[in-house]
Amino acid sequence: MSVARTDESLVVAGKWASWRHTLSPTGNLGDAIFRLLMLLVALFVVALVIAMVFALSTDSMLAIRRFGFRFLTSTNWNPIKGEFGALPFIYGTVMSSLIALVISVPLSLGIAVFLVEQAPPFIARPIGFLVELLAAIPSVVYGLWGIFVLAPFLRVYVEPVLARLFGWTPLFTGPITGIGLFTGGIILAIMVTPIISAVVRDVLAAVPSTQREAALALGATKWETIRVVLVNGAPGIAGAVILGLGRALGETMAVTMLIGNRPEVSLSLFAPSYTIASAIANEFTEATGDLYLSALVELGLILFLVTFIVNGFARFLVWNVTRRTGGVGRAA
Amino acid sequence: MMTTLTALCTFAAVGILLLILAYISWRGVGSLSFRFLIDSPRPVGEGGGIGNAILGSLVLLALASALGLPIGIGVGVYLSEIGSGRLAAGVRFITDTLTGIPSIVTGVFVYAIVVLPMKHFSALSGGIALALVMIPIVARTTEEMLNLVPHSLREGALALGAPQWRVTLGVVLPAAASGIATGAMLAIARVSGETAPLLFTAFGSRFFSYYLDQPIASLTVLIYNYAISPYDEWHAQAWAATLVLVTLILGINIVVRILTRRRF
Repeated sequence: MSVARTDESLVVAGKWASWRHTLSPTGNLGDAIFRLLMLLVALFVVALVIAMVFALSTDSMLAIRRFGFRFLTSTNWNPIKGEFGALPFIYGTVMSSLIALVISVPLSLGIAVFLVEQAPPFIARPIGFLVELLAAIPSVVYGLWGIFVLAPFLRVYVEPVLARLFGWTPLFTGPITGIGLFTGGIILAIMVTPIISAVVRDVLAAVPSTQREAALALGATKWETIRVVLVNGAPGIAGAVILGLGRALGETMAVTMLIGNRPEVSLSLFAPSYTIASAIANEFTEATGDLYLSALVELGLILFLVTFIVNGFARFLVWNVTRRTGGVGRAA
Repeated sequence: MMTTLTALCTFAAVGILLLILAYISWRGVGSLSFRFLIDSPRPVGEGGGIGNAILGSLVLLALASALGLPIGIGVGVYLSEIGSGRLAAGVRFITDTLTGIPSIVTGVFVYAIVVLPMKHFSALSGGIALALVMIPIVARTTEEMLNLVPHSLREGALALGAPQWRVTLGVVLPAAASGIATGAMLAIARVSGETAPLLFTAFGSRFFSYYLDQPIASLTVLIYNYAISPYDEWHAQAWAATLVLVTLILGINIVVRILTRRRF
């Protein structure tokens, strides 16, 4: 018995010593205070995420209890009757993001390959900076430009052509208004292109130049060499695309101003749609009644969880590549 | 052939940027005047300006910086100078992932923890929401800047007998100060364009106000409200306000770029 107690107190003492060592390896009191303070600040970030999950879950409990899993599968969003189903928003969010990726992924790959592999530095630097500036323009400004320039342009010049060429598919049918899923997807494509291309640039730059030299030495053409580089950075490129997806899923203002804001599931890309983020932006301050507000918070919770997982996965992929090749990656 | 294709991709992106900027300048310059910059909004047909929105944006940015910069820099110091092992990797991962959380969700969160208990919209809640957007950005740039400080500097100071807190505060942070400052500028530029987290925190106002417990106007929310309004006059004002906002944001970006060109 007494032996066990000594063991226990030894363990406690050992733990205390290791804690003291972690807090202040030098035994200096100022160090202990400083390190503890910084540790608390860092833990604040962790606590923030936990608090977000907690607050969003508590405030959406009413809707979760009332609708359960049906919330995700019902297409009926009727605040007046107190019926809330999120499927139209989920559909609109996923579809607009997919349109954005279909357009921006090839574009971003082209930009990254041009800037890293082909352009001389005196062109790559300023042009790369200009592409990055696209990411600095606020979402609401894209929305404003979209309403007055992009939407009329697409309505007059692009959508009629698409309807004529692909009108036999269900994707390009219905009235042409310039406001809808298609326009929302295009503005998203413009907004995520600088993000995807910046990460792909980092990934390509992290591919060791020995890979390029080896390919060239084996007699590969320039294009074949670039293919080797792309294959080498493939997981990182996948990460970049998923990172862009995460951004597109949560983008709010520009999409809200262009997508039409109608909670309906329609196969046609010309039809107005609605995303999770724009539903929150539009209806949050107008929500009357606890259930309505609770349903909107649940939308926020869904968006939070989805973007958290998507981003986490993307970071994981990008880290792995940049760490493995020891390029831009930092000691993680 | 391939080079032509990739060059086309690049110049398409740059072309869109220049197109947007040119259009903003063209539409914005028309309604821009000194009165417009200092006046408060008036009913349709009577002119009015964006003075209260500019003041509101500055108040919100000051609040966000006061709250967000110290915490963000603190997290960066922890990640670079103190943390190691699993805990630091976890904090770094969460910080990175937080960068990608949609700002509208941050708005909902701040609504739940600040606006609901206070029972009304306020500048304070808007500042907190912007600070939360800022923290992960500042944290990561601070960490990167601190990592650039050579180890010999830390070792030298430690060898002279300085404790770690004095090494960090007195040697490492000053050495990285300009980098951290430019990172902070970029973070401020980034949040000054945020609209979504302000919609139901700061909410907006049509009057001059600097009270932290009252709703406050901001440039971005004003642009949004004017853009979706049916009035041509308000559309014109939205373009002028956009010109002001974009000039500010791109100005910060370009200045930072010029200042840091030597380092990278």
